Amino acid sequence: MSSAVEGTVPGRRGIGRALLADPMGLAGLVLVVVFLLMALLAPWVAPYDPIALDVKAKFQPPSAAHWAGTDHLGRDLLSRIIWGARLALGIAITSVLIAGAIGLVLGLIAGYGPRWLDSVLVLIFDSMSSLPMIFFALAVITVLGPGTTTLIIVIVLVSFPAYARLIRTQTLALSGADFILAERAMGAGAGRIIFRHLLPNVVGPLVILICMDIPVVIMLEAGLSYLNLGVKPPSPSWGNILSEGYNALRQAPHVVIVAGVPLVLATLGFTFLGEGLRDVLDPRGAGRRWG
Amino acid sequence: MSVLSVEGLSVSYRVPGGRLQAVRDVSLSVGRGEVLGIMGESGCGKSTLAAAMIGLLPQGAEVAAGAIRLNGTDMLRLPGEEQRRLRGQRIAMVFQDPMTAFNPVLTIGRQLADFVGAHGGGKGAAEIAGMLERVGIPDPGRCLGRYPHELSGGMRQRVAIAAALLMQPDVLIADEPTTALDVTMEAQIIHLLRDLRTSFDGAIVVVTHHLGVIAELCDRVAVMYAGEVVEEAGVDALFHDPRHPYTRALLSCDPAVVMPGSGHLPTIGGRIPDLTALPAGCAFAARCGMAEAGCGAPVPRHRGAGRSVLCHRSAA
Repeated sequence: MSSAVEGTVPGRRGIGRALLADPMGLAGLVLVVVFLLMALLAPWVAPYDPIALDVKAKFQPPSAAHWAGTDHLGRDLLSRIIWGARLALGIAITSVLIAGAIGLVLGLIAGYGPRWLDSVLVLIFDSMSSLPMIFFALAVITVLGPGTTTLIIVIVLVSFPAYARLIRTQTLALSGADFILAERAMGAGAGRIIFRHLLPNVVGPLVILICMDIPVVIMLEAGLSYLNLGVKPPSPSWGNILSEGYNALRQAPHVVIVAGVPLVLATLGFTFLGEGLRDVLDPRGAGRRWG
Repeated sequence: MSVLSVEGLSVSYRVPGGRLQAVRDVSLSVGRGEVLGIMGESGCGKSTLAAAMIGLLPQGAEVAAGAIRLNGTDMLRLPGEEQRRLRGQRIAMVFQDPMTAFNPVLTIGRQLADFVGAHGGGKGAAEIAGMLERVGIPDPGRCLGRYPHELSGGMRQRVAIAAALLMQPDVLIADEPTTALDVTMEAQIIHLLRDLRTSFDGAIVVVTHHLGVIAELCDRVAVMYAGEVVEEAGVDALFHDPRHPYTRALLSCDPAVVMPGSGHLPTIGGRIPDLTALPAGCAFAARCGMAEAGCGAPVPRHRGAGRSVLCHRSAA
């Protein structure tokens, strides 16, 4: 336990180094970087046009020409997966960042603000999270029509209460802490306490939760697209590919597999990265990691 | 002229079943270069008094009467924003537990600089480092770049004292400044505060139940019991000639003065009275060896040369 006392806290630069030293965090980071590159460079790395039809070449198994084979319309699956990464990550990252920002602000207000405001906000959080996610999603999609924007709105609405609650409880626990009292005794005002002292203390858990939530959102997007409620075909969403492949499961099992593998890897990657970050990002945990 | 004076202050907490009178009609004052000790056992109201002095009473506490004057201005009458500006600037506080008194995710330097910035001070890192050096931090430059958990308890308490003194406040309140430290650290912090007493041109208020801290540090002592100041005197007068039966009992319980080998540590029998339902007369009467029938009547305050006693049976 001596390391807990003497252990050095990673600075800004040290966080990266500590993450690289953790095998799980490293694996997560590599996977996430690969998917991010795929998403960013899709137009250049995809060998074919993801929506170009070639019906004669349908359901081809993996080959030298089509590394991952083709689907029921003869579209190159590898290209569709690569473009699908752009869609999946784009939607997931955009929506969790928006939800995270909303959750952060509302959580801080609820946690440090007046008590009546806290009660109102908690009521909103609780009623939002009491709605069954899929039914809520169905309702919103019915009203707004399916599509990428609708998907983002649904995900933001579904996930911000959890972030806000996390931030609120963290803020509540902290606002009774001695150092907040000490800051107040030193004459710090509410703004300074919230942004300088509460924010850095609560943002770490939020970053971790967001990172761990990205796979959930990717799965949600895939699930809704699978049900034809998300991204509209012919856009190459992983969920669309999966649902189309499912119809031909006996004839061409490779389609489902090819769509499933990136889903699994992306999920694992973000989860590992989230856990690695959790260990590294919190200076109070430094040195505790190896017992 | 006194820098900080408390006049007839009463503070009560709203509790289920009534009001808990934590501080009752307390009047105290402390001048520049003077160290006032506030002494008493747990639950006697000394921490509530300290919190009231800096204007940070916990939720549910209410000032029923009285005034707290800082350089003549009644802080309780000031709007919240002006009160806030005085905190840290003119009146500062050092807390009991240095382990939790710092933001764990910011470096010491960042927190100190930030605090100076909050008061619009243009103090640079050099001045902050100078203050750290003054409180006995060996390598101030290095300390500034460290996180709170990398410092020992004694170091942190030194940093806390440095932080409190940064803006050169008129009053420094130390609430049990050594209670959370081990004995050697305690001695070091006492010596530090003693040195500061001569170099720091303000008033120091030390709240403690530790008789040694009082004896070593303070010029004057106020002994509190059940929310009241039962005796106030110069430190020598108090230790050599305590007048109030409670002070006497308290002094005789100090492990440091108990005869070695007596095998017996004296205690004061009984408990603090229920602060929601206080007797009309002397609050200590139920535990007092000198109590008699007349002690049930409202207690007179006897004032003498530089001291006062709240008792039927003793004169100041």
